[in-house]
Amino acid sequence: MSAEASLTETVAEVPGPGRSLLRRLLSNPQGVICIVFLLLVILFGVLSPWLAPFQPNEADLNSVNAQPFSEGHLFGADRAGRDILSQLMWGTNGTLLGSLLVLVIAVLFGVTTGLLSGFYRGRFEAIAGFVTDLIMSLPSIVLLIALFALTGPNVMVAMAVFGVLVAPTYYRLVRSVVLGVRTELYIDAAKVVGLSDQRIIGRHVLWAVRAPVVIQSSFVAASGIAIQAGVEFLGLGDPEQPSWGGILQNANSNIYNNRFGVLWPALLISLTILALILLGNVLRDVLQSSAHNRTLKKSRRRAMLTEAQNARTASTASGYDAALLSIRGLKVGYPDGPDRVRTVVHGVDLDVRRGEIHGLVGESGSGKSQMAFSTLGILPKEALILGGSIYLDGQDLLADDKALKNARGRRIGYIPQEPMSNLDPSFTIGAQLVYGLRAVKRISEKEAKEELIALLTRVGIRNPESVMRLYPHEISGGMAQRVLICGAVAGDPDLIVADEPTTALDVTVQADVLELLRELSTERGLAMILVTHNLGVVADLCDTVSVMKNGRIVERNDVESLFSSPEQDYTKTLLESSRSVELMEA
Amino acid sequence: MLPLLKSLLRSAAILLLVSFATFCLMFGNGTGIARAILGYQATESDVQRKVVDLGLDRPLLVQFSDWLVNAVTGNLGESFFTGQTVTSALSTRVPVTLTLVITTLIFTLILSVLLGVAAAVYGGWLDKVLQFISVLGAAVPPFIIAIALVFTFAISIRLFPATGYISPDRSFGGWILSITLPVVALLIGSVASAASQFRGAVLDALSKDFVRTLRARGLKESHVIFRHVLRNAGGPGLTVLSLQTLGLLGGAIFVEQVMALPGMGQMANQSAQQGDVPMVMGTVVVTIIIVLCVNFLGDLANSVLNPKARTR
Repeated sequence: MSAEASLTETVAEVPGPGRSLLRRLLSNPQGVICIVFLLLVILFGVLSPWLAPFQPNEADLNSVNAQPFSEGHLFGADRAGRDILSQLMWGTNGTLLGSLLVLVIAVLFGVTTGLLSGFYRGRFEAIAGFVTDLIMSLPSIVLLIALFALTGPNVMVAMAVFGVLVAPTYYRLVRSVVLGVRTELYIDAAKVVGLSDQRIIGRHVLWAVRAPVVIQSSFVAASGIAIQAGVEFLGLGDPEQPSWGGILQNANSNIYNNRFGVLWPALLISLTILALILLGNVLRDVLQSSAHNRTLKKSRRRAMLTEAQNARTASTASGYDAALLSIRGLKVGYPDGPDRVRTVVHGVDLDVRRGEIHGLVGESGSGKSQMAFSTLGILPKEALILGGSIYLDGQDLLADDKALKNARGRRIGYIPQEPMSNLDPSFTIGAQLVYGLRAVKRISEKEAKEELIALLTRVGIRNPESVMRLYPHEISGGMAQRVLICGAVAGDPDLIVADEPTTALDVTVQADVLELLRELSTERGLAMILVTHNLGVVADLCDTVSVMKNGRIVERNDVESLFSSPEQDYTKTLLESSRSVELMEA
Repeated sequence: MLPLLKSLLRSAAILLLVSFATFCLMFGNGTGIARAILGYQATESDVQRKVVDLGLDRPLLVQFSDWLVNAVTGNLGESFFTGQTVTSALSTRVPVTLTLVITTLIFTLILSVLLGVAAAVYGGWLDKVLQFISVLGAAVPPFIIAIALVFTFAISIRLFPATGYISPDRSFGGWILSITLPVVALLIGSVASAASQFRGAVLDALSKDFVRTLRARGLKESHVIFRHVLRNAGGPGLTVLSLQTLGLLGGAIFVEQVMALPGMGQMANQSAQQGDVPMVMGTVVVTIIIVLCVNFLGDLANSVLNPKARTR
């Protein structure tokens, strides 16, 4: 069920006020086209008594199989000489009525049960959930055909039954929205004030579900039209009444005599469904779009990246120091509209010598993780490196994509923050470690296994052979972090980038992991960039430290000096707040 | 093993429940059935005799338990009109429908994985094309696609037969030709929805933390995607595919109608229009069994793919 839930788009955003909805809908060209088309279809049906050139089923034997655009028959005529245009017009009301019926019944059943389930939960929800699953596993067309044996040609009964069969889509939608809203504060507040359940559901919950329901209705109406036309096409409709599907069936069985007869009903059915689906998409955009579009124009993106690359080639000669890693003028940004980019790292310099453990501290959002990701070239896809260079032993990784790829895993290792989500749940520990090691080292699988077993023992895992056969969900967070550390150092890198490596761990495990990192650094001469917001960790482990704020490094020093005599006000505040936290914890 | 057993029991419960409900609806009106068989000229006493003849005067629960006991041994009754047993009628009809559905499922799997991965990984115009196809595929019902295909490739350009089915043991080439258009008709809508959902599953897997870690460990991008991302998108992807079967069975009924294929849909449709209740009941039950089997296979495959479900 969980997999399915992630696939269906659940919607829980509360929309803006209703009056501007119509205006926003009308300012969207696609929306206007759909609405106009659907209005025309409705007029086409409603006005048929006045506009249709012929009466329903009025046959004119002189125009049997008349071609389109022939005298008096714009769309041609069928094999009985009935005017196709008139037949379609007379059939429209039935289609509109049918999809209206589907909508009313599905909304009535689905929304009510969804509201009650989401609001009261408990046994009602359990039963409704079972019935929903049951209905959704039924082959609806086969049931509608079976129904025919019972009721004879009665499309409206069939559509009513179809309404029940699609009600579960509303049920699921509404229930998930209500579950979201239910926990929100204003419901609690309403309860405290003493509003009755009915009032709460009516006022607040209905308000929250109305946008998703409106969107869903557009899609349900579309499927209603498709099913109705299909059932009529199978010959289950009333042969006395013109209907879209019936006309199509007629034309299809007559396709050798009048080829173009199928064209009109097929087009009318498909376009109406298409209009409803597109309208649903527009409604979703209008009702649920967040403030504005954050994707950058492609040309703009390319221009910005080229500019950064050009500046880089111009400055290659200068800037590089003898350090293992030198970051110069690094600028990272994220798209914030078609032409705008929000910079999150503003031209930062950083040097890490061999064997040095460098702490990068700052509050969340200060850009420290962005620096770490840039070093490894693992920024999210939409991020832009707007300028600067990252030199590893004098080679600019940002100027040379191949050098960056070669450095990953071989020269620079990565230890992530959250241990459990950073192991692939579908592979055993052993398999993913072996894949990783063999990606950077030319060795056989057997050699890789032996090497990793030794390394797992080193990072403090007992029974490494059996641990390698386990899946990530079978080990603890502390163990997972040791596995990840093993993965990071396996390729024998010179530098480790550790992004908050202890934040997600239990306090008792934290100290062990820090100790392990220190030992590994000494044993292997590893340099380390340690991203953290915890000054205790910095004091414990680091040689030097940089303090970041709002995408800039505001102060850097060796650890003792920084702690004894901080220069910047921001650093002082940071130190004070961490001290007060320590006092509170003690 | 426990979750699989649970899902098996659940399937059995659903089958029993739906069979019972359908049976009550279908056999509830004994005189109606008899009247439909005998036609409207029949006298009241003839109808009453027929009702007793067919055993439709007994309590519904007795009729159902009778039917159920027979059904378990593979006897689904016989047609009111031709006297043919339902099982033998189904035995020629089911293979035709299953051929369509399974062939379409296989191609859906291949195409939607390829399209879904490509659209998710490369994005850009490919992504836009996929979105366009998925809207179009959802908008045009399968019977209209089938008509359009017949119109184009059987009538205007005479590449394929417009109607009819040739069984593979009679002529393999003929079989391929006879199922090409129906399969393509089903495939368009099916790929349209499965590919865009699979694209979502791939995007979901791509955004996972471990993908970043694997990249940082120096794995080639192709390994990251084809080994790790694909494997993790596989579970949700299978769910999509097993849900797809339900839609395909429905679609097959329409396509059989357009192309005059002697499958289950045609049988259900004809029997329903005649009022041949045991035949209709038989097709409903077999369709539900097929759907439940596919769902169960989906669960099974999922438990193989997902180590968490395996060990629990």
